[in-house]
Amino acid sequence: MNGRSTSRLVWLVLLIPFVGLLWVPFYNTRSPELFGFPFFYWYQLAWVPITVFLMWLVYRTLRHDD
Amino acid sequence: MTTDVDPVALTIFVGAFLLVTVLGFVAARWRRPVTLAKLDEWGLGGRQFGTWITWFLVGGDFYTAYTVIAVPALVYAVGAYGFFALPYTIIVYPFVFAVMPVLWRVAKEKGYVTAADVVHGRYGSRSLEFAVAATGVIATMPYIALQLIGMASVFTALGLTGELPLIAAFTVLAVYTYSSGIRAPALIAFIKDIMIYIAVIAAVALIPAKLGGYAAVFAAADAAFQAKGSGGLLLAPSQYPAYASLALGSALAAFMYPHTLTGIFASSGANTIRKNAMLLPAYTILLGLLALLGYMGHAAGLKLASNNDVVPALFKALFPGWFAGFAFAAIAIGALVPAAVMSIGAANLFTRNFWKAYVNPDVTAAGEAQVAKITSLVVKAGSLVAILYLPTQFALDLQLLGGLWILQTFPAVVFGLFVNWFSARALLLGWAAGFLGGTWLAWSDGLKPIHALSFGGTTIALYVGLLALAINIAVAVVANLAWRGLRRDEAGVTARFP
Repeated sequence: MNGRSTSRLVWLVLLIPFVGLLWVPFYNTRSPELFGFPFFYWYQLAWVPITVFLMWLVYRTLRHDD
Repeated sequence: MTTDVDPVALTIFVGAFLLVTVLGFVAARWRRPVTLAKLDEWGLGGRQFGTWITWFLVGGDFYTAYTVIAVPALVYAVGAYGFFALPYTIIVYPFVFAVMPVLWRVAKEKGYVTAADVVHGRYGSRSLEFAVAATGVIATMPYIALQLIGMASVFTALGLTGELPLIAAFTVLAVYTYSSGIRAPALIAFIKDIMIYIAVIAAVALIPAKLGGYAAVFAAADAAFQAKGSGGLLLAPSQYPAYASLALGSALAAFMYPHTLTGIFASSGANTIRKNAMLLPAYTILLGLLALLGYMGHAAGLKLASNNDVVPALFKALFPGWFAGFAFAAIAIGALVPAAVMSIGAANLFTRNFWKAYVNPDVTAAGEAQVAKITSLVVKAGSLVAILYLPTQFALDLQLLGGLWILQTFPAVVFGLFVNWFSARALLLGWAAGFLGGTWLAWSDGLKPIHALSFGGTTIALYVGLLALAINIAVAVVANLAWRGLRRDEAGVTARFP
């Protein structure tokens, strides 16, 4: 696979948060709890750093000439 | 809620407000432009806001005072369902990361100031431009009114009664926005966001300690929902589609609003926007924790006249007067930043896509800035009058419809950045179908955000704005296919019979 098509495919990781957060039945449970937070709450909060990391994966493939 | 005036709280509050007012006027000289008499300077700050200024400005403008009041209020009232704001404000960022740098580049190259400029430049259609611009203005007006509601709720908590404080605060805001343009909210956003961060972090760290920890907070909320017989810490399975579609629809609509787009256009580059997509989620963490104040309201055993009182009442009940005053100031100043940027965004639309398009096409750069400045005053005065003389519910209903309406500009604004397939009239027909069809659906449901669709025996409840967008896109695709087919037939006929 050449560099150009890799850098295009990496954009697909931006769709992962949509799947992880919009498929609600997956996380609508109380356990496992974390620091007193039911799963429903800490799971969604955990997607904040995960989403930032996924955007960073794309960001590092870009040329920053603008 | 008691309404005795706490002198310490009031002093802190007034002090913070005066500081911000001075800043608002000083802002005209900040990063001093050669002239402010140019729409690019007054309305977009010269398109030179770097990563940090953009972070404070868009953060202060997207997470509004009303959010700080309304999200915890909804969570207090219904529980898990109110949390859709969290997935919404997460998935919005991959979208911003991928799409907004493209939009910024088009706007920068051609000197566009509004989304409707971009649409006109792309399709050359005055009617599609007008549809996008008019939708932007009417969706923004109730949003400004909502900021006034947020401000009014902290005035009430401070014991300030009557309409005078609200009128005074808004007049000051109107005057410094007029003189400094977007530089005023950009500078004030620094103060506002730092104050909000301090208030919310103190609240989410100290209040649970006073109430026995987060486990106790969740348990108390659970008990309250069970006693009430509605709401809960988890969603009912029938709420899944509503929750997911509210999150998705809101995320797609968020950066179609003139105020968020103004923040995007004002930034210094595509890379500034990408960095911000990665840095702005810090506010989402804050919002998620803030939402939990709704549950803390149950744990603290508050008795409230209105759900919107939950945040002010918590601060009053659990913090000393000086800190409550500080937090209330943060919320009230938090209303000024978005209200200013919203009025600027609406003013830019009016100037570029109505005044320049229809009234005076030869308007000078200085003339454009002057029209926008006056429009920003008119827009703010209109919202103030609406809040003072119309029932609050009217603003809330219009805000709900505003979200649906602004979402209907999505295909016209975004599709053309990536594909060269749609024609202006197909997009216009789609916009009209989504706008009118969606409004009719929402109206016939009694202005509820959720519409129930029945397929045979099963019923699915979805966000009405997203349904309207589906109608919009479907109509645009079908119309485009039909017109293309028609054109090909005509071309074929001419080819055979030259």
